[in-house]
Amino acid sequence: MRLICIVLLALAGGGCSSLQPWVKPYERGQLADPIMAFDRDPVATKYLMHVYEAREAARGAEGGAGGGCGCG
Amino acid sequence: MAAADMAKKLSAFIAVLAILFASGAHALVLPEDRADVMYHAYDGGGVTVDGPSVLVRKGYKEKVSAYANYYQDMVSSASIDVLTSGSKYSEERTEYSVGMDYLADRALISLGYTNSSESDYEAKTVSFGISQDFFGDMTTLALGYSRGDDEVLKNQDDGASLKMGDAQRQRYSLGLSQILTRSWIVSLSAETVVDDGFLRNPYRQIRYLPQPGEGDIAFAEEAYPETRNSDAFAIRTMYYLPYRASLRLEARKFSDSWGIKAENYEIRYTHSVRSRMIFEIKARTYSQTQADFYQDLFPYENAFEFMGRDKELSTYNVSSFGLGLTYEFGYKLPFAKKHSASFYWDFMRFDYENFRNALLSREADGLPAEYRIGEEPTYAFEANVIRLFYTVNY
Repeated sequence: MRLICIVLLALAGGGCSSLQPWVKPYERGQLADPIMAFDRDPVATKYLMHVYEAREAARGAEGGAGGGCGCG
Repeated sequence: MAAADMAKKLSAFIAVLAILFASGAHALVLPEDRADVMYHAYDGGGVTVDGPSVLVRKGYKEKVSAYANYYQDMVSSASIDVLTSGSKYSEERTEYSVGMDYLADRALISLGYTNSSESDYEAKTVSFGISQDFFGDMTTLALGYSRGDDEVLKNQDDGASLKMGDAQRQRYSLGLSQILTRSWIVSLSAETVVDDGFLRNPYRQIRYLPQPGEGDIAFAEEAYPETRNSDAFAIRTMYYLPYRASLRLEARKFSDSWGIKAENYEIRYTHSVRSRMIFEIKARTYSQTQADFYQDLFPYENAFEFMGRDKELSTYNVSSFGLGLTYEFGYKLPFAKKHSASFYWDFMRFDYENFRNALLSREADGLPAEYRIGEEPTYAFEANVIRLFYTVNY
Protein backbone atom coordinates (compact mmCIF):
# COMPACT_ATOMS: atom_id res chain seq x y z
CA MET A 1 0.00 0.00 0.00
CA ARG A 2 2.80 2.42 0.96
CA LEU A 3 4.64 1.52 -2.25
CA ILE A 4 1.58 2.35 -4.34
CA CYS A 5 1.29 5.76 -2.67
CA ILE A 6 4.98 6.50 -3.27
CA VAL A 7 4.70 5.52 -6.94
CA LEU A 8 1.60 7.69 -7.35
CA LEU A 9 3.17 10.66 -5.66
CA ALA A 10 6.32 10.27 -7.77
CA LEU A 11 4.22 10.20 -10.95
CA ALA A 12 2.09 13.14 -9.85
CA GLY A 13 5.16 15.13 -8.92
CA GLY A 14 6.78 14.12 -12.19
CA GLY A 15 3.90 15.70 -14.09
CA CYS A 16 5.09 19.10 -12.92
CA SER A 17 8.73 18.62 -13.88
CA SER A 18 10.61 17.15 -16.81
CA LEU A 19 8.95 13.69 -16.77
CA GLN A 20 6.62 13.61 -19.75
CA PRO A 21 4.25 10.87 -20.98
CA TRP A 22 6.44 8.71 -23.21
CA VAL A 23 3.79 6.61 -24.98
CA LYS A 24 1.78 8.96 -27.21
CA PRO A 25 -1.90 8.30 -28.01
CA TYR A 26 -1.04 7.39 -31.62
CA GLU A 27 1.38 4.73 -30.36
CA ARG A 28 -1.29 2.72 -28.52
CA GLY A 29 -2.64 0.54 -31.30
CA GLN A 30 -1.37 -2.66 -29.70
CA LEU A 31 -2.64 -1.66 -26.26
CA ALA A 32 -6.12 -1.02 -27.73
CA ASP A 33 -6.30 -4.49 -29.29
CA PRO A 34 -8.99 -6.63 -27.57
CA ILE A 35 -6.38 -9.32 -26.85
CA MET A 36 -4.68 -6.77 -24.54
CA ALA A 37 -7.76 -6.20 -22.32
CA PHE A 38 -7.16 -7.44 -18.78
CA ASP A 39 -10.69 -8.86 -18.87
CA ARG A 40 -12.38 -8.88 -22.27
CA ASP A 41 -15.81 -10.11 -21.23
CA PRO A 42 -17.24 -8.71 -17.95
CA VAL A 43 -20.09 -11.21 -17.69
CA ALA A 44 -17.69 -14.16 -17.99
CA THR A 45 -15.07 -12.68 -15.66
CA LYS A 46 -17.64 -11.93 -12.98
CA TYR A 47 -18.81 -15.55 -13.06
CA LEU A 48 -15.31 -17.00 -12.69
CA MET A 49 -14.57 -14.59 -9.81
CA HIS A 50 -17.76 -15.87 -8.18
CA VAL A 51 -16.56 -19.48 -8.57
CA TYR A 52 -13.18 -18.63 -7.01
CA GLU A 53 -14.73 -16.72 -4.13
CA ALA A 54 -17.16 -19.55 -3.37
CA ARG A 55 -14.40 -22.21 -3.33
CA GLU A 56 -11.44 -20.27 -1.93
CA ALA A 57 -11.10 -18.26 1.28
CA ALA A 58 -9.25 -15.35 -0.37
CA ARG A 59 -11.30 -12.40 -1.57
CA GLY A 60 -10.56 -8.91 -2.85
CA ALA A 61 -8.21 -7.33 -5.42
CA GLU A 62 -9.71 -9.40 -8.22
CA GLY A 63 -9.03 -6.63 -10.70
CA GLY A 64 -11.20 -4.09 -12.45
CA ALA A 65 -8.89 -1.08 -12.14
CA GLY A 66 -9.83 1.56 -14.64
CA GLY A 67 -13.52 2.07 -14.70
CA GLY A 68 -15.56 -0.79 -13.29
CA CYS A 69 -16.33 -4.00 -15.07
CA GLY A 70 -19.93 -3.04 -15.80
CA CYS A 71 -21.22 -6.14 -14.15
CA GLY A 72 -22.24 -4.93 -10.73
CA MET B 1 -7.50 -0.77 15.72
CA ALA B 2 -8.42 -2.17 12.30
CA ALA B 3 -10.88 0.68 11.77
CA ALA B 4 -8.22 3.26 12.67
CA ASP B 5 -5.76 1.61 10.28
CA MET B 6 -8.34 1.67 7.54
CA ALA B 7 -9.19 5.32 8.16
CA LYS B 8 -5.48 6.11 7.88
CA LYS B 9 -5.20 4.17 4.59
CA LEU B 10 -8.30 5.87 3.19
CA SER B 11 -7.12 9.36 4.08
CA ALA B 12 -3.80 8.57 2.36
CA PHE B 13 -5.69 7.45 -0.80
CA ILE B 14 -7.80 10.60 -0.77
CA ALA B 15 -4.72 12.81 -0.36
CA VAL B 16 -3.06 11.08 -3.31
CA LEU B 17 -6.22 11.44 -5.39
CA ALA B 18 -6.47 15.14 -4.60
CA ILE B 19 -2.90 15.68 -5.80
CA LEU B 20 -3.46 13.68 -8.96
CA PHE B 21 -6.80 15.19 -9.88
CA ALA B 22 -5.35 18.66 -9.44
CA SER B 23 -2.42 17.89 -11.72
CA GLY B 24 -4.33 17.96 -15.00
CA ALA B 25 -6.78 15.40 -16.23
CA HIS B 26 -7.96 13.68 -19.37
CA ALA B 27 -11.41 12.29 -19.80
CA LEU B 28 -11.95 8.56 -19.68
CA VAL B 29 -14.26 6.80 -22.08
CA LEU B 30 -17.42 4.96 -21.10
CA PRO B 31 -17.58 1.15 -21.36
CA GLU B 32 -18.74 -0.07 -24.78
CA ASP B 33 -22.39 -0.82 -25.54
CA ARG B 34 -22.95 -4.56 -25.57
CA ALA B 35 -25.31 -7.36 -24.61
CA ASP B 36 -24.22 -10.81 -23.42
CA VAL B 37 -26.30 -13.93 -22.92
CA MET B 38 -24.39 -16.62 -21.05
CA TYR B 39 -24.93 -20.17 -19.87
CA HIS B 40 -22.67 -21.09 -16.97
CA ALA B 41 -22.07 -24.43 -15.29
CA TYR B 42 -19.95 -25.73 -12.42
CA ASP B 43 -19.73 -29.46 -11.76
CA GLY B 44 -17.48 -30.96 -9.10
CA GLY B 45 -17.34 -32.55 -5.66
CA GLY B 46 -20.98 -33.66 -5.86
CA VAL B 47 -22.17 -30.10 -6.55
CA THR B 48 -23.78 -28.93 -9.78
CA VAL B 49 -24.50 -25.23 -10.27
CA ASP B 50 -25.73 -23.89 -13.57
CA GLY B 51 -27.94 -21.20 -15.01
CA PRO B 52 -28.15 -18.13 -17.23
CA SER B 53 -26.68 -14.65 -16.98
CA VAL B 54 -27.80 -11.74 -19.16
CA LEU B 55 -25.96 -8.43 -19.21
CA VAL B 56 -27.10 -5.40 -21.21
CA ARG B 57 -25.21 -2.11 -21.31
CA LYS B 58 -26.21 1.05 -23.21
CA GLY B 59 -24.69 4.50 -23.28
CA TYR B 60 -26.36 7.86 -23.80
CA LYS B 61 -24.70 10.92 -25.40
CA GLU B 62 -21.23 9.70 -24.40
CA LYS B 63 -21.97 10.94 -20.90
CA VAL B 64 -23.82 8.12 -19.21
CA SER B 65 -23.76 4.36 -19.60
CA ALA B 66 -26.24 2.17 -17.74
CA TYR B 67 -26.31 -1.61 -17.33
CA ALA B 68 -28.56 -4.33 -15.99
CA ASN B 69 -27.59 -7.91 -15.21
CA TYR B 70 -29.85 -10.87 -14.48
CA TYR B 71 -28.09 -13.92 -13.08
CA GLN B 72 -29.33 -17.26 -11.79
CA ASP B 73 -27.72 -20.23 -10.04
CA MET B 74 -29.54 -23.55 -9.93
CA VAL B 75 -27.77 -25.62 -7.29
CA SER B 76 -27.99 -29.34 -6.73
CA SER B 77 -25.72 -30.32 -3.87
CA ALA B 78 -24.56 -33.66 -2.58
CA SER B 79 -21.19 -32.28 -1.48
CA ILE B 80 -19.08 -33.97 1.16
CA ASP B 81 -20.24 -31.35 3.70
CA VAL B 82 -23.85 -32.14 2.96
CA LEU B 83 -23.38 -35.92 2.98
CA THR B 84 -21.39 -35.83 6.24
CA SER B 85 -24.05 -34.10 8.31
CA GLY B 86 -27.22 -33.74 6.25
CA SER B 87 -28.93 -34.80 3.07
CA LYS B 88 -28.62 -33.55 -0.48
CA TYR B 89 -30.64 -30.53 -1.53
CA SER B 90 -31.63 -28.33 -4.46
CA GLU B 91 -31.64 -24.55 -4.32
CA GLU B 92 -32.01 -21.51 -6.55
CA ARG B 93 -30.33 -18.14 -6.27
CA THR B 94 -31.41 -15.16 -8.34
CA GLU B 95 -29.40 -11.98 -8.62
CA TYR B 96 -30.30 -8.65 -10.20
CA SER B 97 -27.76 -5.86 -10.67
CA VAL B 98 -28.24 -2.38 -12.07
CA GLY B 99 -25.75 0.44 -12.31
CA MET B 100 -24.48 3.37 -14.25
CA ASP B 101 -21.27 5.13 -15.13
CA TYR B 102 -21.22 8.89 -15.45
CA LEU B 103 -18.48 10.72 -17.26
CA ALA B 104 -18.00 13.87 -15.25
CA ASP B 105 -15.64 16.59 -16.30
CA ARG B 106 -12.54 14.91 -14.95
CA ALA B 107 -13.57 11.48 -13.79
CA LEU B 108 -15.69 8.42 -14.43
CA ILE B 109 -18.11 7.90 -11.56
CA SER B 110 -19.76 4.50 -11.13
CA LEU B 111 -22.76 3.51 -9.03
CA GLY B 112 -24.18 0.01 -8.65
CA TYR B 113 -26.83 -1.95 -6.79
CA THR B 114 -27.15 -5.74 -6.52
CA ASN B 115 -29.88 -7.83 -4.97
CA SER B 116 -29.31 -11.55 -4.44
CA SER B 117 -32.10 -13.76 -3.21
CA GLU B 118 -32.43 -17.41 -2.22
CA SER B 119 -34.71 -19.21 0.19
CA ASP B 120 -32.30 -18.87 3.13
CA TYR B 121 -30.08 -15.91 2.19
CA GLU B 122 -30.85 -12.33 1.15
CA ALA B 123 -28.10 -9.91 0.16
CA LYS B 124 -28.23 -6.28 -0.94
CA THR B 125 -25.09 -4.47 -2.04
CA VAL B 126 -24.48 -0.87 -3.08
CA SER B 127 -21.22 0.18 -4.67
CA PHE B 128 -19.52 3.43 -5.60
CA GLY B 129 -16.40 3.94 -7.67
CA ILE B 130 -14.41 6.75 -9.20
CA SER B 131 -11.63 6.46 -11.73
CA GLN B 132 -9.40 8.91 -13.48
CA ASP B 133 -6.84 8.94 -16.29
CA PHE B 134 -3.90 11.26 -15.95
CA PHE B 135 -0.28 11.69 -17.00
CA GLY B 136 -1.11 11.81 -20.70
CA ASP B 137 -3.67 9.00 -20.22
CA MET B 138 -0.87 6.61 -19.35
CA THR B 139 -2.06 6.09 -15.79
CA THR B 140 -5.53 5.17 -14.51
CA LEU B 141 -6.41 5.33 -10.86
CA ALA B 142 -9.61 3.78 -9.48
CA LEU B 143 -11.05 3.99 -5.99
CA GLY B 144 -14.03 1.91 -4.91
CA TYR B 145 -16.28 1.28 -1.95
CA SER B 146 -19.13 -1.15 -1.52
CA ARG B 147 -21.37 -2.13 1.32
CA GLY B 148 -23.44 -5.27 1.56
CA ASP B 149 -26.20 -6.07 4.01
CA ASP B 150 -27.05 -9.76 4.26
CA GLU B 151 -29.78 -11.64 6.09
CA VAL B 152 -28.99 -15.26 6.98
CA LEU B 153 -31.85 -17.74 7.42
CA LYS B 154 -32.05 -21.46 8.05
CA ASN B 155 -34.69 -23.58 6.35
CA GLN B 156 -36.52 -25.89 8.76
CA ASP B 157 -37.84 -29.37 8.09
CA ASP B 158 -41.43 -28.05 8.23
CA GLY B 159 -40.73 -25.62 5.37
CA ALA B 160 -40.42 -22.49 7.53
CA SER B 161 -37.26 -20.33 7.56
CA LEU B 162 -35.66 -19.30 10.83
CA LYS B 163 -33.65 -16.08 10.90
CA MET B 164 -30.12 -16.73 12.18
CA GLY B 165 -28.64 -13.24 11.98
CA ASP B 166 -27.39 -10.38 9.81
CA ALA B 167 -24.02 -9.74 8.24
CA GLN B 168 -22.55 -6.49 6.98
CA ARG B 169 -19.75 -6.49 4.42
CA GLN B 170 -17.68 -3.47 3.41
CA ARG B 171 -15.01 -3.32 0.72
CA TYR B 172 -12.44 -0.60 0.08
CA SER B 173 -10.47 -0.90 -3.12
CA LEU B 174 -7.71 0.93 -4.92
CA GLY B 175 -6.51 0.16 -8.43
CA LEU B 176 -3.75 1.66 -10.52
CA SER B 177 -2.99 0.72 -14.10
CA GLN B 178 0.05 2.06 -15.87
CA ILE B 179 1.11 1.94 -19.52
CA LEU B 180 4.84 1.18 -19.47
CA THR B 181 5.60 0.92 -23.18
CA ARG B 182 3.54 0.77 -26.40
CA SER B 183 3.16 -3.00 -25.82
CA TRP B 184 3.30 -3.41 -22.04
CA ILE B 185 0.81 -2.50 -19.31
CA VAL B 186 0.76 -3.23 -15.57
CA SER B 187 -2.00 -2.98 -13.00
CA LEU B 188 -1.83 -2.93 -9.19
CA SER B 189 -4.83 -3.62 -6.95
CA ALA B 190 -5.36 -3.45 -3.22
CA GLU B 191 -8.56 -4.25 -1.36
CA THR B 192 -9.58 -4.36 2.28
CA VAL B 193 -12.75 -6.23 3.23
CA VAL B 194 -14.45 -5.89 6.61
CA ASP B 195 -17.20 -8.34 7.59
CA ASP B 196 -19.35 -8.08 10.71
CA GLY B 197 -22.14 -10.27 12.01
CA PHE B 198 -23.31 -13.83 11.36
CA LEU B 199 -20.53 -15.21 9.14
CA ARG B 200 -20.91 -18.99 9.26
CA ASN B 201 -23.05 -21.37 7.27
CA PRO B 202 -25.95 -22.33 9.56
CA TYR B 203 -26.07 -25.90 8.22
CA ARG B 204 -22.42 -26.88 8.46
CA GLN B 205 -21.25 -28.82 11.50
CA ILE B 206 -18.01 -29.68 13.23
CA ARG B 207 -17.33 -33.25 14.35
CA TYR B 208 -15.87 -34.17 17.73
CA LEU B 209 -15.11 -37.22 19.84
CA PRO B 210 -17.89 -37.78 22.38
CA GLN B 211 -17.59 -39.13 25.92
CA PRO B 212 -16.99 -42.90 26.20
CA GLY B 213 -20.25 -44.79 25.77
CA GLU B 214 -21.89 -42.02 23.70
CA GLY B 215 -20.95 -43.38 20.30
CA ASP B 216 -17.91 -43.01 18.03
CA ILE B 217 -18.50 -39.51 16.69
CA ALA B 218 -20.75 -36.53 17.43
CA PHE B 219 -21.64 -33.33 15.57
CA ALA B 220 -22.29 -29.76 16.70
CA GLU B 221 -22.89 -26.37 15.10
CA GLU B 222 -19.86 -24.34 14.09
CA ALA B 223 -18.89 -21.27 16.15
CA TYR B 224 -17.26 -18.38 14.23
CA PRO B 225 -15.97 -14.96 15.29
CA GLU B 226 -18.35 -12.12 14.42
CA THR B 227 -15.75 -10.07 12.56
CA ARG B 228 -13.38 -10.83 9.74
CA ASN B 229 -10.98 -8.30 8.18
CA SER B 230 -8.85 -9.10 5.17
CA ASP B 231 -6.31 -7.45 2.88
CA ALA B 232 -5.47 -8.51 -0.65
CA PHE B 233 -2.85 -7.14 -3.04
CA ALA B 234 -2.47 -8.07 -6.67
CA ILE B 235 -0.26 -7.26 -9.60
CA ARG B 236 -1.27 -8.05 -13.16
CA THR B 237 0.68 -7.36 -16.29
CA MET B 238 0.10 -7.85 -20.01
CA TYR B 239 2.58 -7.83 -22.83
CA TYR B 240 1.89 -7.72 -26.58
CA LEU B 241 4.11 -10.28 -28.25
CA PRO B 242 5.94 -9.65 -31.55
CA TYR B 243 2.98 -11.24 -33.39
CA ARG B 244 -0.76 -10.77 -32.62
CA ALA B 245 -0.83 -12.48 -29.26
CA SER B 246 -0.52 -11.42 -25.64
CA LEU B 247 0.81 -12.78 -22.38
CA ARG B 248 -0.92 -12.01 -19.08
CA LEU B 249 0.62 -12.69 -15.66
CA GLU B 250 -1.07 -12.32 -12.31
CA ALA B 251 0.05 -12.66 -8.69
CA ARG B 252 -2.11 -12.04 -5.62
CA LYS B 253 -1.45 -12.25 -1.90
CA PHE B 254 -4.12 -12.39 0.78
CA SER B 255 -4.27 -12.46 4.57
CA ASP B 256 -7.09 -12.11 7.07
CA SER B 257 -7.78 -11.76 10.79
CA TRP B 258 -8.73 -15.44 11.03
CA GLY B 259 -5.12 -16.44 10.33
CA ILE B 260 -5.61 -17.47 6.69
CA LYS B 261 -2.83 -16.60 4.26
CA ALA B 262 -3.29 -17.27 0.57
CA GLU B 263 -1.63 -16.60 -2.73
CA ASN B 264 -2.43 -17.30 -6.34
CA TYR B 265 -0.53 -17.04 -9.62
CA GLU B 266 -1.84 -17.20 -13.16
CA ILE B 267 -0.34 -17.20 -16.63
CA ARG B 268 -2.57 -16.66 -19.66
CA TYR B 269 -1.71 -16.68 -23.35
CA THR B 270 -4.15 -15.10 -25.83
CA HIS B 271 -3.69 -15.62 -29.55
CA SER B 272 -5.57 -14.18 -32.49
CA VAL B 273 -6.29 -16.60 -35.33
CA ARG B 274 -7.21 -15.27 -38.79
CA SER B 275 -8.58 -11.99 -37.33
CA ARG B 276 -11.99 -13.51 -36.44
CA MET B 277 -10.94 -15.93 -33.73
CA ILE B 278 -9.29 -15.42 -30.37
CA PHE B 279 -7.86 -18.45 -28.62
CA GLU B 280 -6.85 -18.46 -24.97
CA ILE B 281 -4.99 -20.90 -22.74
CA LYS B 282 -4.17 -20.43 -19.05
CA ALA B 283 -2.84 -22.11 -15.94
CA ARG B 284 -3.51 -21.01 -12.37
CA THR B 285 -2.43 -22.12 -8.94
CA TYR B 286 -3.92 -21.16 -5.57
CA SER B 287 -2.82 -22.15 -2.08
CA GLN B 288 -3.90 -21.17 1.41
CA THR B 289 -3.17 -21.93 5.05
CA GLN B 290 -5.89 -22.80 7.54
CA ALA B 291 -7.90 -20.50 9.82
CA ASP B 292 -6.76 -20.47 13.46
CA PHE B 293 -10.00 -22.09 14.62
CA TYR B 294 -10.21 -24.80 11.95
CA GLN B 295 -9.89 -28.48 12.90
CA ASP B 296 -10.96 -31.58 11.06
CA LEU B 297 -11.78 -33.41 14.31
CA PHE B 298 -12.25 -31.64 17.64
CA PRO B 299 -11.12 -33.55 20.76
CA TYR B 300 -14.33 -33.09 22.77
CA GLU B 301 -17.56 -31.10 22.92
CA ASN B 302 -17.18 -27.29 23.23
CA ALA B 303 -13.40 -27.66 23.08
CA PHE B 304 -12.83 -24.04 22.00
CA GLU B 305 -14.66 -20.73 21.81
CA PHE B 306 -14.44 -20.73 18.00
CA MET B 307 -14.63 -23.92 15.95
CA GLY B 308 -15.00 -24.46 12.23
CA ARG B 309 -14.81 -27.43 9.88
CA ASP B 310 -15.46 -25.67 6.59
CA LYS B 311 -13.03 -27.15 4.07
CA GLU B 312 -12.56 -23.63 2.67
CA LEU B 313 -10.95 -22.75 6.04
CA SER B 314 -8.47 -25.65 5.90
CA THR B 315 -5.00 -25.81 4.34
CA TYR B 316 -5.25 -26.73 0.65
CA ASN B 317 -4.27 -25.88 -2.87
CA VAL B 318 -6.08 -25.60 -6.18
CA SER B 319 -4.60 -26.15 -9.63
CA SER B 320 -6.51 -24.96 -12.68
CA PHE B 321 -6.14 -25.16 -16.39
CA GLY B 322 -8.34 -23.31 -18.88
CA LEU B 323 -9.07 -22.99 -22.58
CA GLY B 324 -11.19 -20.38 -24.33
CA LEU B 325 -12.29 -19.55 -27.86
CA THR B 326 -14.12 -16.48 -29.20
CA TYR B 327 -15.41 -16.42 -32.76
CA GLU B 328 -16.62 -13.22 -34.39
CA PHE B 329 -19.35 -13.87 -36.97
CA GLY B 330 -18.74 -12.64 -40.50
CA TYR B 331 -22.34 -11.74 -41.41
CA LYS B 332 -23.62 -8.37 -40.20
CA LEU B 333 -26.65 -7.73 -38.05
CA PRO B 334 -28.51 -4.50 -39.03
CA PHE B 335 -28.29 -2.95 -35.56
CA ALA B 336 -24.89 -4.27 -34.45
CA LYS B 337 -21.26 -3.37 -35.03
CA LYS B 338 -20.25 -6.98 -34.48
CA HIS B 339 -21.39 -10.16 -32.76
CA SER B 340 -19.53 -13.17 -31.46
CA ALA B 341 -19.81 -16.46 -29.60
CA SER B 342 -17.41 -17.59 -26.87
CA PHE B 343 -16.72 -20.83 -25.08
CA TYR B 344 -14.50 -21.19 -22.02
CA TRP B 345 -13.68 -24.39 -20.16
CA ASP B 346 -11.79 -24.47 -16.85
CA PHE B 347 -10.64 -27.60 -15.09
CA MET B 348 -9.88 -27.29 -11.36
CA ARG B 349 -8.34 -29.77 -8.95
CA PHE B 350 -8.70 -29.23 -5.18
CA ASP B 351 -6.25 -31.01 -2.83
CA TYR B 352 -6.91 -30.66 0.90
CA GLU B 353 -4.08 -31.18 3.38
CA ASN B 354 -6.03 -31.43 6.62
CA PHE B 355 -9.66 -31.94 5.66
CA ARG B 356 -10.37 -35.65 5.84
CA ASN B 357 -13.02 -37.63 3.98
CA ALA B 358 -15.26 -38.36 6.97
CA LEU B 359 -17.52 -40.61 4.87
CA LEU B 360 -14.80 -43.28 4.84
CA SER B 361 -14.96 -43.87 8.62
CA ARG B 362 -18.64 -44.77 8.49
CA GLU B 363 -20.31 -48.09 8.11
CA ALA B 364 -21.96 -48.31 4.71
CA ASP B 365 -24.47 -50.89 3.50
CA GLY B 366 -23.77 -53.06 6.52
CA LEU B 367 -20.04 -53.21 5.77
CA PRO B 368 -17.57 -52.03 8.40
CA ALA B 369 -15.87 -48.65 7.97
CA GLU B 370 -12.70 -48.62 5.85
CA TYR B 371 -10.82 -46.26 8.17
CA ARG B 372 -10.80 -45.23 11.83
CA ILE B 373 -12.11 -41.80 12.75
CA GLY B 374 -9.40 -39.17 12.33
CA GLU B 375 -7.31 -41.47 10.11
CA GLU B 376 -9.28 -41.15 6.87
CA PRO B 377 -7.44 -40.05 3.71
CA THR B 378 -7.51 -36.32 3.03
CA TYR B 379 -10.17 -35.13 0.63
CA ALA B 380 -9.64 -34.15 -3.01
CA PHE B 381 -11.94 -33.48 -5.92
CA GLU B 382 -12.01 -32.16 -9.47
CA ALA B 383 -14.37 -29.66 -11.04
CA ASN B 384 -15.26 -28.50 -14.54
CA VAL B 385 -16.43 -24.94 -15.17
CA ILE B 386 -18.14 -23.97 -18.43
CA ARG B 387 -18.96 -20.51 -19.77
CA LEU B 388 -20.78 -20.34 -23.10
CA PHE B 389 -22.00 -16.94 -24.28
CA TYR B 390 -23.15 -14.86 -27.21
CA THR B 391 -22.21 -11.17 -27.41
CA VAL B 392 -23.61 -8.35 -29.52
CA ASN B 393 -21.73 -5.04 -29.68
CA TYR B 394 -23.88 -2.16 -30.93
